[in-house]
Amino acid sequence: MNLTVSSSPHIRGKDTTTRLMLDVVIALLPALAAGLLFQGLRAALAAAVCVLSALAGEWLLGLVLRRHNTLPDGSALVTGLLLALTLPASVPYYVAAIGGLFAVVVVKGLCGGLGQNTFNPALGARAFLMLLFPACLTRFPALGTPLPLGGLSPADVVTGATPLHHMQMPALPEATLADMFLGRIGGCIGETSALALLIGCGWLVFRRVISLRIPAAYLGTVAVLTLVFPKGDSPILWMAYSLLGGGVLLGAIFMATDYATSPVGPAAQVVYGIGCGVLTVVFRYTGLFPEGVTYAILLMNAAAWLLDRYLAPKRYGVGKEAAR
Amino acid sequence: MKSPFFGGVHPEGHKELVASVPLTALAAPALAAVPLRQHIGAPCKPLVAVGDTVCMGQKIGDGDGLCVPVHAPVSGVVAGIEDRPHPAGGVCPAILIKNDFLDTPAPTMKPCSSPEQLSPTELVNIIHEAGIAGMGGAAFPTDVKAKAGIGRADTLILNACECEPYITADDALIRARPGDVLRGLALLARALSPERVVIGMEDNKPEAAALLREALKDYPGMELKVLPTRYPQGAEKQLIQAVTGRQVPSGGLPRDVGCAVFNAATAAAVYRGVYEGTPLIERVVTVTGQGVRSPRNLIVRVGTPFQEVIAAAEGLTDDVWKVLSGGPMMGVAQGDLSVPVTKAVNAIVCLSSAQNGESTHPVCIRCGKCLEVCPIRLEPLYLYRFSNAGDLDALKRLHLTDCIECGCCAYACPGKLPLVEGFRAGKRALKEGAK
Repeated sequence: MNLTVSSSPHIRGKDTTTRLMLDVVIALLPALAAGLLFQGLRAALAAAVCVLSALAGEWLLGLVLRRHNTLPDGSALVTGLLLALTLPASVPYYVAAIGGLFAVVVVKGLCGGLGQNTFNPALGARAFLMLLFPACLTRFPALGTPLPLGGLSPADVVTGATPLHHMQMPALPEATLADMFLGRIGGCIGETSALALLIGCGWLVFRRVISLRIPAAYLGTVAVLTLVFPKGDSPILWMAYSLLGGGVLLGAIFMATDYATSPVGPAAQVVYGIGCGVLTVVFRYTGLFPEGVTYAILLMNAAAWLLDRYLAPKRYGVGKEAAR
Repeated sequence: MKSPFFGGVHPEGHKELVASVPLTALAAPALAAVPLRQHIGAPCKPLVAVGDTVCMGQKIGDGDGLCVPVHAPVSGVVAGIEDRPHPAGGVCPAILIKNDFLDTPAPTMKPCSSPEQLSPTELVNIIHEAGIAGMGGAAFPTDVKAKAGIGRADTLILNACECEPYITADDALIRARPGDVLRGLALLARALSPERVVIGMEDNKPEAAALLREALKDYPGMELKVLPTRYPQGAEKQLIQAVTGRQVPSGGLPRDVGCAVFNAATAAAVYRGVYEGTPLIERVVTVTGQGVRSPRNLIVRVGTPFQEVIAAAEGLTDDVWKVLSGGPMMGVAQGDLSVPVTKAVNAIVCLSSAQNGESTHPVCIRCGKCLEVCPIRLEPLYLYRFSNAGDLDALKRLHLTDCIECGCCAYACPGKLPLVEGFRAGKRALKEGAK
């Protein structure tokens, strides 16, 4: 008989890292499906390239660093998928592959690995690709034009203006709010369908993978700021288009809630979400590009630990309930 | 329903494993090993020598300061005084008594002639002389607790939560002897004269609750508060919060917020000490888990080796993984089953390998679930990180010493980090750093 002697607790809950990651994958499937539906098969192929390159990067890094195989934890799969959703369907495959590798190897693996990296791997890779291949990431195929499945250079793409392009002018987009909600608009693979993203959000909350604190604070801040400082004479419409256009829903639900790069304390999470919202609106209003979500979240990533430190929860035994 | 205390988890109870088996007494051991430290505080010094004949219930060890005496659980001859493994970990000197199987009672074991007329001080003395220490697991000397509550506690709480999974010792005791528990509580209530006397119990013990409710008709002024089952509700600070809404101040004691909390088995021991004159030499122990063949509740003499208790449950299964003193959340894993039952051992939980949820590659993914479940609202992920790094300033800033080691964070952790183990190392480092 061989009795194990180790520290309490001796039983563990059913949650595992893999289970949480799979829930994120499940939550991303509606957005991926919407991308496939509105942008065609090339969107799925581009996503596959991102995922495969992310998995390859994870495996290779494991080999080089001689650590155990971390593929089964599912985090590389999530990173690859998230990156894909932030890219246009017309992105060249090699660009997608570079992005997947950079996300997993550099932004995650070399900056601490699972749970320890400072910056969101998918957004870090997207920011990297923006510098190297700006044309591939800022030109969006016109909705309805079939995309060839093979090689494609940015010059070949028949581009169309996305709602955010209109809003930068500034003007209200031509697309109806219903189209915006369903995702019948130009944009990145996974960002256009608010409906699909909200379904994913519902799944994450239902499965207790995330709380609503960060998304609600983020989107609430964007809503308030765009309502109070609208461009044009219809604040309500401007606010609605601001929330439905671009990547703010994808960012608020899936990127800003990334465990490793967001704060864990409830108060810190709210302030973090507000920070993301403020920066997003500021970047959209003043920046060179129509969108500001990527850099807003990356900047707030850097503040995650700081926020946790100064906004720690009030612990048991220090409040008025402890006074006599 | 909103939890009446912060955080917490809800593991599977597994309390049904022993539900259908009646409470029986286990035969006294041929050789009893009575550790000289069975409470929080200073260990006892032996009052007997090798070769002495002792009676059952005779005081065989006592000491000064924060200390309660130990008594011979059987009559017989002192066969040795030597270091023995202790269920709380490590070794401790123990008095070995060879049982003569006569159970000759000590002449000091006399019922109190007028329990109704006892003054608070007299009751505290009887509790002390009966060697009673908290039987819920922490083993804090009960007389000290009672004394501290006199004139200070406006709320007296009987802890019948038994929130650890698997354990049903208090449940079995209450079902078998509800009167003992209530009369013990009444003695404490008379000594402390609080405004409120509350029995805190979780809603997973309907039979015991019904019995108490019936018996409480004879005790006006005592209330039964049935709470939604959630671990660690039976932890003193959490039960106080659940019952009164008050919080014990950081670094303070229950009396600082006018509360005194006694475990149900402790109250029954107070009753027996007063009404029967019996010191604390036996207790109810749950021997259970998927790693033991026939789980049950047993009345066990202090000093009985674990292996004899396990044998009475028809032994361990082939796939046994861990044998614990106490429950699966806060219990101590045992490597040597000759270790004796002490006053604080409420259960011997035997887990099989199917319960092994550990990971070979634990990792923190910063999901924050540990914060959600921490009943003290600490930040376990940072405490773990700074414990490993030995960053004492950070550990002080994050109040590691407030951690009650309930294990909720590690239970909830999807990355299966050994958080509590890390905190213990951090606390040791803090203690050494303070020297």
